[in-house]
Amino acid sequence: MKRLLTATLIAAALASPAYAAKDTITVGMQLEPPNLDPTGGAAAAIREVNYLNMFEGLTRVDENLNPHPLLAESWTISADGLTYTFKLHTGVKFHDGAAFDCSVVKFTYERAVGPDSTNGQKGYFEPIAKTECPDPATAVVTLKRPTGRFLFAMGLSDSVMISPATAATNKATPVGTGPFRFSRWVKGDRVEMLRNDSYWGAKPALKMVTFRFISDPTAAAAAVMAGDLDAFPNFPAPETLDQIRADKRFTVAIGTSSGKVVLSLNNARAPFDDVRVRRALAHAIDRKALIDALGGGGTPIGSHYVPGDAAYIDLSNTYPYDPAKARALLAEAGVKPGFVMTLRLPPPAYARRGGEVIAAMLEQVGITAKIENIEWAQWLDQVFGKSTNFDATIVAHVEARDLDVFARDFYYFNYKNTEYRAIYAKYIEAADPAAQIALAQQLQRKLAEDQPAVFLYAGAKTGVWNAKLRGLWINGPIPANHMAVVSWVD
Amino acid sequence: MKPKLSLYIGVGLVGLIVATALLALFWTPYPPTKIDILHRLARPSAAHWLGTDPFGRDVLSMIMVGTHTSLLVSLLAVSIGAGIGIPLGALASSCGGWVDALVMRMADLAFAFPALLTAVMITALAGPGATNAMLAIGLFNIPVFARVTRGAALSVQERDFVVAARATGRGAFGVMARHVLPNISGILLVQITIQFALGILAEAGLSYVGLGTQPPQPSWGRMLNDAQTFIFRAPMLAVFPGLAITVAVLGLNLLGDGLRDRLDPRLMARR
Amino acid sequence: MNLFLFRRVLGLLATVLAASLVVFIVLEVLPSDPAALMLGTDARPDTLAALRRELGLDQPSWWRFVTWIGNLLRGDLGISYTYRVPVSELIGARVEVTLPLAMMAIGLSTSIAIPIGVFSASRRGAASDTAMMAGAQLGIAMPNFWLGILFILVFAVWLGWFPAGGFAGWDKGVGAALHSLVLPAFALALPQAAILSRVTRASVLETLGQDYVRTARAKGLTATVALWRHAVPNALIPVATILGLQFSFLLAGTVIIENVFTLPGLGRLMFQSIAQRDLIVVQDLVVLMATSVIVINFVVDMIYRLLDPRIGAGAQ
Repeated sequence: MKRLLTATLIAAALASPAYAAKDTITVGMQLEPPNLDPTGGAAAAIREVNYLNMFEGLTRVDENLNPHPLLAESWTISADGLTYTFKLHTGVKFHDGAAFDCSVVKFTYERAVGPDSTNGQKGYFEPIAKTECPDPATAVVTLKRPTGRFLFAMGLSDSVMISPATAATNKATPVGTGPFRFSRWVKGDRVEMLRNDSYWGAKPALKMVTFRFISDPTAAAAAVMAGDLDAFPNFPAPETLDQIRADKRFTVAIGTSSGKVVLSLNNARAPFDDVRVRRALAHAIDRKALIDALGGGGTPIGSHYVPGDAAYIDLSNTYPYDPAKARALLAEAGVKPGFVMTLRLPPPAYARRGGEVIAAMLEQVGITAKIENIEWAQWLDQVFGKSTNFDATIVAHVEARDLDVFARDFYYFNYKNTEYRAIYAKYIEAADPAAQIALAQQLQRKLAEDQPAVFLYAGAKTGVWNAKLRGLWINGPIPANHMAVVSWVD
Repeated sequence: MKPKLSLYIGVGLVGLIVATALLALFWTPYPPTKIDILHRLARPSAAHWLGTDPFGRDVLSMIMVGTHTSLLVSLLAVSIGAGIGIPLGALASSCGGWVDALVMRMADLAFAFPALLTAVMITALAGPGATNAMLAIGLFNIPVFARVTRGAALSVQERDFVVAARATGRGAFGVMARHVLPNISGILLVQITIQFALGILAEAGLSYVGLGTQPPQPSWGRMLNDAQTFIFRAPMLAVFPGLAITVAVLGLNLLGDGLRDRLDPRLMARR
Repeated sequence: MNLFLFRRVLGLLATVLAASLVVFIVLEVLPSDPAALMLGTDARPDTLAALRRELGLDQPSWWRFVTWIGNLLRGDLGISYTYRVPVSELIGARVEVTLPLAMMAIGLSTSIAIPIGVFSASRRGAASDTAMMAGAQLGIAMPNFWLGILFILVFAVWLGWFPAGGFAGWDKGVGAALHSLVLPAFALALPQAAILSRVTRASVLETLGQDYVRTARAKGLTATVALWRHAVPNALIPVATILGLQFSFLLAGTVIIENVFTLPGLGRLMFQSIAQRDLIVVQDLVVLMATSVIVINFVVDMIYRLLDPRIGAGAQ
């Protein structure tokens, strides 16, 4: 008996490192989430930790932004496009044991539009007229008007199901229905989550996921190379990629993101109210050189849409790099050489470093761009806020499919174009996918022509991870780390 | 170190920095803000003696123009500190009583905020920039000068010639201006060089954390921050701006030491 | 003395109160609000208003100041706007990094500086003295963050002995945690050690000239024994006060060094809270730092008075 036990122990000791595949992962992120409630803030970091891991919605979107069933196993849409009938999965439980049924759907959607809602995307829920529960496994959502992207919007992180019992405490101790449950949060350092063993769907391969927050690019690169991190899905140190590529231990995956880096102009302020000036600025900037100088990769764009999305059309050559043409257009618009404009730059490197490069390019066409580096708080206040007190800024618009920002009554570009708004109104109500795509392309062309902002490039999503990892998203159209489909191979 | 030697080295190094600053007014090898993406991160060579930065700008030219930022911010910060601090200290020492107590409590209050904290708050309010960095360092200098002046003035206040001057019926301000201040000018001069050196360090530190001089104006501290991002690819970038700071601060400190020994031979024994 | 002490403590409290008022007013006029930052660019006005209500930002500012100070006096630092956890919890976690770092730096700088200072004094004028004091001059002139970057370059990038930044965390074991603090502690300590060694040397030279040391020598004690038994202990009094005064610089130094090595300490919490407009955390941190500087200076002052009664009379 004793000998047998010893033999077993030895076998186990020998076996465990060699045969059992690794079932934990440490994932690096640059920013720490301010809280962990996906319905209480817009920070991308909240979504990167939570989405599809701890929380789930009725639908989910995949790497290409297509909606799929999740907590709703199927649905029907009425002919007028106003009534969505969702058939819900049964037997689904929150991590605290509370049951998921239609009452949770009703609570979640009503809370999101309620007066105390702090949902960063309250606009997604605004079309909802009412949510009804004919039986616990059926949710009937009635809309005020047809909304082409409703299933897409209900699949995003802001639309996940929240239990009434834990809605108030999700910020510090999130409770959802997802395949992972919250374990602990060491502020300033990490969030840990464990596999939810009573998960209703397929069990994840990983037993434990740790998100570590390393804001400094150099430290992030060092942590990856030291093996402290297994993956850094949004790797912030492009200047070290050559070294990492040369190392067999790692995979470097360059994918697309929804980030559109633009030189936003204040269309209400002279001379940027003159389309010739805006086109001149577009001609003055060498997008390829800018992308090279920043080193993070990307694709030049000419409108507010990204490659990889089905409706994308390449308009990057509408106003090709041509300083002579730019000077001519400026002269035509009456902008004298030596014209001074201010460039207010928020903290990210693409803005601060990109701003220095763009200022040098504008110098070539006789425009002096005075750089003012500001914090996000000041950016939100001075550039984005009601006063829109700025000439130009550089910023990445990261929301997916956000053509709506140019159609809003108030938005900081001050682009008030009735033609664009008319096309947009048709686009948002179009139910037929082919018609949606055609209208999206019409919108892209209109923006390319008008250049309310100088569209610079679509940011790449650079991921670095251990070569033995499978399943991580290469593209990052929305902030997410779908860990349930990630596994190790030998 | 031999006092004379340190004075000479100090004068030499400070002279080098000032000469560079003057030269950079008229000439640098390249325009310091000229971006040349093709030649980014070049190693030191005949064309670029100290190499180029991530945008292909010439590091030597940037360092040369960086002397302007460093010297100017520090000079103005010392002027603010000395211009307000010395009169305050003199006032406190000659009036005594509640004036003295008030000034010293205010100095305590100002001392309670580390310079960086003041800078962080000023820049949060007014935005980052060389002017705000200068203000922050200047504010920090005020209590330093106030305290030093008060202490030194108190120590000469009881000396015979001051007592004698007071006995002749001169007013407190007259005594202060005619007899006290001239006698502590040496101490104040030494303090000025010390604060000047600290100012250069502080400006570099603030620019390093992004609160000081803004681009495209070159600054040693910000160059070091950029360099750290590229430390794997271009390690040499992290060396030269730091050397420039060290040379400037070392020069001023040696100059201060040398001056102190000159002005106060009694201290010779201690050095 | 008791009355004097009472007045000083009263003055100290007034200074702390004044400091907190200054901080509050400064932050009050800062542009933008935390709610806008948390909800991002797609937030609607009613959502922003709801969040401001939830955070208590809709209250008048004088009321927020009074509640804040009142709570502080009861030891309650309030709730962070962004993280929604007690500020004490946030600060507590960061102190676990900053305090050990500062202690390591002080320990290192004294254990480097005092032997060098004493040795240098005992060899006054010799080549070794000159070399060491020249080294000290160089150390004072080098900015600590540059030293930090050079350490990263040599020990992390080239040699790979230490991490380039980041903190392993105490749960990874004391060894791992201290390992990630070694480079930052040295970067902080060396410039301080340079200053301290000069002070030590000057102070030892002064005591060596005093009568009691001469007497000790006359009694037949060897130079070394006289140095260590009589001169050094007395010379350390001014050294200790300088150490106290350096505290404020050390605090500012750790803020920058934490940025160089990306350590999750108080300094980074401060920068982060300002960027996120987590104003209550900024207020608490500033008051905490200011108070610790004031208290330490006060204690140093008191000790100095106890050790050297002449000062009390002169400064009154």
